[in-house]
Amino acid sequence: MNALYLAAANLRYHWARTIVLIVAAALVLSVPVLTRTLLAAGEAALTARAEATPLLLGTRGSRLDLVMAGAYFTDDLPEPTTMATSEEVWDSGLGIPAPLHTTFTASGVRIVGTTLDYFDLRNLELSEGRVFATLGEAVLGANAARELSLGVGETILSDPENLFDLDGAYPLEMSISGILEPRGTPDDDAVFVDIKTAWIIEGIGHGHEDIIVEGEDAASAAARVVQFSRITPENEASFHFHGDPNGYPVTAVMVAPYDIRSETILRGRYLDAEGPVQAVVPSDVIDALVARLLRIAALVDTVTVIVGFAAALALGLALFLSWRLRAGEMFTAFALGAGRSMIARLALAEVALVLLGAALLATPVVIALSSYADIIVSRLVAFGS
Amino acid sequence: MIKVSDVRFAYGSGFSISIDTLTVTTGEKVAVVGPSGTGKTTLLNLLSGIVVPDTGQVLLDGEEISGLQDHQRRQMRASRIGFVFQEFALVDYLSAEENVLYPYRVGKGLKLDRTARDRARGLLADFGLGQKMRRRPAQLSQGERQRVAIARALVVRPRILLADEATGNLDPANKAAALDLLFAQTDETGAALLAVTHDHELLPRFDRVIDFSELSQTS
Repeated sequence: MNALYLAAANLRYHWARTIVLIVAAALVLSVPVLTRTLLAAGEAALTARAEATPLLLGTRGSRLDLVMAGAYFTDDLPEPTTMATSEEVWDSGLGIPAPLHTTFTASGVRIVGTTLDYFDLRNLELSEGRVFATLGEAVLGANAARELSLGVGETILSDPENLFDLDGAYPLEMSISGILEPRGTPDDDAVFVDIKTAWIIEGIGHGHEDIIVEGEDAASAAARVVQFSRITPENEASFHFHGDPNGYPVTAVMVAPYDIRSETILRGRYLDAEGPVQAVVPSDVIDALVARLLRIAALVDTVTVIVGFAAALALGLALFLSWRLRAGEMFTAFALGAGRSMIARLALAEVALVLLGAALLATPVVIALSSYADIIVSRLVAFGS
Repeated sequence: MIKVSDVRFAYGSGFSISIDTLTVTTGEKVAVVGPSGTGKTTLLNLLSGIVVPDTGQVLLDGEEISGLQDHQRRQMRASRIGFVFQEFALVDYLSAEENVLYPYRVGKGLKLDRTARDRARGLLADFGLGQKMRRRPAQLSQGERQRVAIARALVVRPRILLADEATGNLDPANKAAALDLLFAQTDETGAALLAVTHDHELLPRFDRVIDFSELSQTS
């Protein structure tokens, strides 16, 4: 107890040095734990989402890009496939397709153009409002609604692709019809609209006044076309699409096969390496990604051990130098009857108190950050680029 | 009572001292003078058992120090010897009261209890530091620090008090006051006082003055 008392008194007296030591030790202790926690949470989040996504169809190319865009709504977009891919699945009777169009954002949040089947496939439920029923309506994920401070009845504007591209996508003001229950998945961070609404944002569909008047040619009339930037009951009927709907772009098609046999047949249809469409089982892709992550984690562990060792040496040196400065005190203690064991107990007590302080500092930080690990990871995964 | 006979001690560096005989009786106040570097501090270390002689005997109340185990010597130092150091050697992070109690914190075999605390507070009060017991050394004057150092040496009621240039850093008024305190306390407890000093003005107050250059042979 005497050693502990003296050690505490010394640390309290040299409080600035003690704080530096404690913070440094806390960092050394907490960084590896936090890294591990975040990696584990990341692995769990990635794996869970992948396993909840049975099959993704998309243009042949990077399997990882297809999975990240189709399941996690990241910015890495694959070459789009067409709506025909989704229709073929319907026609095959082998599963339920949900086309996904994830090209655009609104206030920085990913817009996911899809069909109502997506909500059923993902078991998404509304916390308020209703699903989109008409063009121009949007359903917000829980996080998106909270962070943008938006509710049912309010509006959200899609982000312009390029302000100086006159031929590009124009912002569309969408009214919010519902908010989803939080799920702890990338769905929480998305804005869901009917896929036709996404195509309107892309410029494939549009609505405008009938501006051709008698005696005027079409070219002159087109020059003063004013396109609607918001879809209302009054102008909804004027919205129309050009071209074959089967050729309209979709980022990916999520498919829920009816059974294993159906899945096997579906996957077989897209095995041809020369075919334009590929079928990807997301869990296969993510398992490979996680294996890479674990290899990186092992590297991080090694680096952490080396950095931790260096930090421990630095802390040890700081304590040693501080001990050297106290040589006079140690001699006094020895002259007054202290033994080597007492001196050792003093040193150990100081180290123990610093480590205890570091643990007390690191523990709540680690617990707090660990409790937010899912959110942090979902941000990193969903908006990773 | 201290008795030294035929003691020889050499450091690894080759410096050595030899003392044929030295006796300090109970309650006696002895000053040790001599040029620097002749081994006066080594004499104090020999008397307190911090170092043990290569040959010869050092007896404290009839008990031979060199015959004791290391832990026994530490226990003896803690309970029977009081030290006053030249630079006071106070612990900077402890209050005046805790500095006085420091031997109880580190000394082998000493127990810090209410009696010890009362004794420490009583000494500080007697030394005029009753209102400054919570202050740390940096908040005290030189004279006050020396009084704290003397109180620390006396708190265990030592049988022998060893002072190494105890008044070397004090002004004349504080020197006299410090010596007054030491003498008063040794008179009260009957402890022997052996004080190394360069201060010849103080020598008349001691019972006996030993010229260390005559007492020992150094090489």
